[in-house]
Amino acid sequence: MIQAMETLRKRAQELLETGTVQLIIGYAEGSNGRVRPLFARRTEDLENLVIDERCSLNLAVYLRKPEVRALGKPGIVATSAVLRSILQLAAENHLNGLEPLYLALDGSGEVVELTTPDQIAAHLAKLGPAAPQFSTVDLEGMDRAARFGFWQNEFDRCIRCYACRASCPMCYCDQCLVECNQPQWIPVPAHAVGNLEWHISRAMHLAGRCVECGACTAACPVGIPLNLINHHLADLIEKKFGGRAGTSVNLDYPLSVFRADDREDFIK
Amino acid sequence: MSEFEPKIIAFVCNWCTYAGADLTGTSRMKYAHNVRVIRTPCTGRIDYMLILKAFAAGADGVIVSGCHPGDCHYTSGNYHARRRWMVFRSLLDFLGIDVERIRFTWVSAAEGAKWAEVVNSTVAAIRRLGPYDEYRQLQDKGIDSSFVAPANEPASSNEATGTRM
Repeated sequence: MIQAMETLRKRAQELLETGTVQLIIGYAEGSNGRVRPLFARRTEDLENLVIDERCSLNLAVYLRKPEVRALGKPGIVATSAVLRSILQLAAENHLNGLEPLYLALDGSGEVVELTTPDQIAAHLAKLGPAAPQFSTVDLEGMDRAARFGFWQNEFDRCIRCYACRASCPMCYCDQCLVECNQPQWIPVPAHAVGNLEWHISRAMHLAGRCVECGACTAACPVGIPLNLINHHLADLIEKKFGGRAGTSVNLDYPLSVFRADDREDFIK
Repeated sequence: MSEFEPKIIAFVCNWCTYAGADLTGTSRMKYAHNVRVIRTPCTGRIDYMLILKAFAAGADGVIVSGCHPGDCHYTSGNYHARRRWMVFRSLLDFLGIDVERIRFTWVSAAEGAKWAEVVNSTVAAIRRLGPYDEYRQLQDKGIDSSFVAPANEPASSNEATGTRM
């Protein structure tokens, strides 16, 4: 890791010096032993650049922001989670007009530079499936009432800070459902009904689009295991409709297309 | 004690099920009076939030019904709706919400008798399940003040953790 960090820093410095990119988006040492996002425009900014297992923040979230786009062509330190997000964002036509340079690490500590979706897909295929980042709970094995209790217990702690939304590269609506108040679909206070409706809506809006980067779960200040919901839906959609978000730039949004022979067993 | 009368909200499409329910009436077929029918332009319009709002407003059961596959007035609204329900129903089940209380069905404009059967059997099923107090009780819950930070997180840190720009 240390060696990879040095290689990465050196390469990033070169890229800024030669003007290949105007901005390096990466991670820097923060306070309290955490990392923070780094937006380096000068080589000296890169002194704090780090890359390690603490880097759970998904940097792809910044690529759509106008204030980041205004800084010029970016180079972005890309973990496999970031690369999956990039593929999905590209599939949704949200990176048009932007040609970032992705600085990915292969397993051996070498820096790989990627630009096209095809290169990203090939690189991801080489890395293999991502290791699970969080512990899982066997919810399918529980009975329904126990599951309800489990989730109520989790959602009870939700303070509706929307860190899950802010950390998610796919949550990019200019106006979110929860900010619409004509009508007010989802009650604003951190209350059982609104919390449940918010988490259902978040999951529904990300169904078939979530690349399971885990940023929302890592960002949640009260530790709600959103990864379980995301994983459940990603599995379901792959099983029912085929395809998994973040594996290809050619995937349709599964809820905007259909097949006449979609199979279900509950509409009678 | 009087028997529990379930309150059931039915979201139906204008072109098939609403017309089917109309046929039930004009054919003088009797069916349970527990259902309140809400007409929507198409099953594609039946947002999942409508179903959640029905429960939040005190429904014990929900019926969602529209044109049979291939019969949609707008060609494909019901196909899209079907995919959405497949995801939504599975999500609700995963979160522990009682999906037995949501009846999904196709009822065409010619199936007046089927509509009566759908309503009657749903009412009977919900009567067996009882009132949906589990969901209704969410309304009465206070905001939890007994917050305990997860063990592995620094509880008192007010550090901005990285999304600052």
